[in-house]
Amino acid sequence: MLDKNQIAKRIAQELRDGMYVNLGIGIPTLVANYIPSGVDVVLQSENGLLGMGPFPFEGEEDPDLINAGKQTITTVPGSVFFDSAMSFGMIRAGKVDLTVLGAMEVADNGDIANWKIPGKMVKGMGGAMDLVASAKNIIVAMQHVNKAGESKLLKQCSLPITGVGCVKKIVTELGLFDVTERGFELRELAPGVTVEEVKAKTEGRLVVEGDIPVMNL
Amino acid sequence: MNKVYTDAAAAVADIQDGATLMLGGFGLCGIPENSIAALVAKKVTGLTCISNNAGVDDFGIGLMLQQRQVKKMISSYVGENAEFERQLLSGELEVELIPQGTLATRCLAAGYGMPAIFTPAGVGTEVAQGKEVRRFEFNGEEKDYLMEYAFEADFAIVKAWKGDTQGNLIYKDTARNFNPMMAMAGKITIAEVEELVPAGELDPNFIHTPGIYVHRIFQGVNYEKRIEQRTVRKRSTE
Repeated sequence: MLDKNQIAKRIAQELRDGMYVNLGIGIPTLVANYIPSGVDVVLQSENGLLGMGPFPFEGEEDPDLINAGKQTITTVPGSVFFDSAMSFGMIRAGKVDLTVLGAMEVADNGDIANWKIPGKMVKGMGGAMDLVASAKNIIVAMQHVNKAGESKLLKQCSLPITGVGCVKKIVTELGLFDVTERGFELRELAPGVTVEEVKAKTEGRLVVEGDIPVMNL
Repeated sequence: MNKVYTDAAAAVADIQDGATLMLGGFGLCGIPENSIAALVAKKVTGLTCISNNAGVDDFGIGLMLQQRQVKKMISSYVGENAEFERQLLSGELEVELIPQGTLATRCLAAGYGMPAIFTPAGVGTEVAQGKEVRRFEFNGEEKDYLMEYAFEADFAIVKAWKGDTQGNLIYKDTARNFNPMMAMAGKITIAEVEELVPAGELDPNFIHTPGIYVHRIFQGVNYEKRIEQRTVRKRSTE
């Protein structure tokens, strides 16, 4: 089974040199810690920055320089600031190559739910609906089951959805899945996880073909 | 032409109960602190506020919520605010949640003189309920788009880093966020700036918001610029 950092590390292996990447809040943010050497990516923060750097050194925090999670950050050489309309313009126009985000539920047709739990406090979708509606490639980082042990990889989302048929790939603590017309296609198993465990914890259509390799971290 | 006001109180003096306001900022970054304080002091009520966020309990728009001045919020994300949550659950406050890019672009459309936009954000979700859907072949694929209307606001209230007496504005870093498109969208736009300079002192090549969009400008004072999530790294001792 993978921990949060290992999920982030596996997703980081999907990064390619020259990509523009938007990382969501939570596990996706950790992906920035594992960018492979020799791979040069530009991180987009949807509040108006391309070229997001690490957190500032103590004492150098600037309240005018934050990321979409409202955390103080820094720039890198080549960074650029822009306004929110342009930020979502570049997202909508498909200029951002990869979006990594978390999810409460994903359906086997690629629907994603990650913004609202009816009856509980609703905080809003922020930029998630814009991102999932337009990103060319979406990887979801999520836990395979909820706290009650119920599958979060479903036939159909039970929560209000954020976007339709948009998720392309999922990495959970159990493995890596491509989301295709056939459903969740198991591509890699996390170390120590069996196909039987994945089957037991996946409610949606699961495709397991041939020998499934163990994830190389 | 005189766009320069003495302070926030003078600039917001004619904002009446029931007005629709746009307020710039992302979280607490780039918010019009002085104008919000003046609106709190003025005790104007029944406001509709279009703003990406709703501040925190004791800062930003949260200060106006505390005084029950807001009737309706139109935002994309309203976490981090317990008083907001209380008013929402008790039905005192009306809230319309919309995707962040939709919010930005509905402001932009107003400033560009266009009544509506088409966006894929929210297609197939509850955001799409009651909205016109059109299918376009565009950018190499055929897909559905929602029609969303341009916002109309009585006042847009924005914060910039530098401004001149013509109303030209320059923003700093990510404090730019929603300020430029909101500045363009107000029937009356009020800009507060950290540094107000005479016309001619800003390089025309580097102005973000042309003064034609700005009706009132004033020199702000005592900016707190509160940080919502202070994140740092340790200096390596090597």
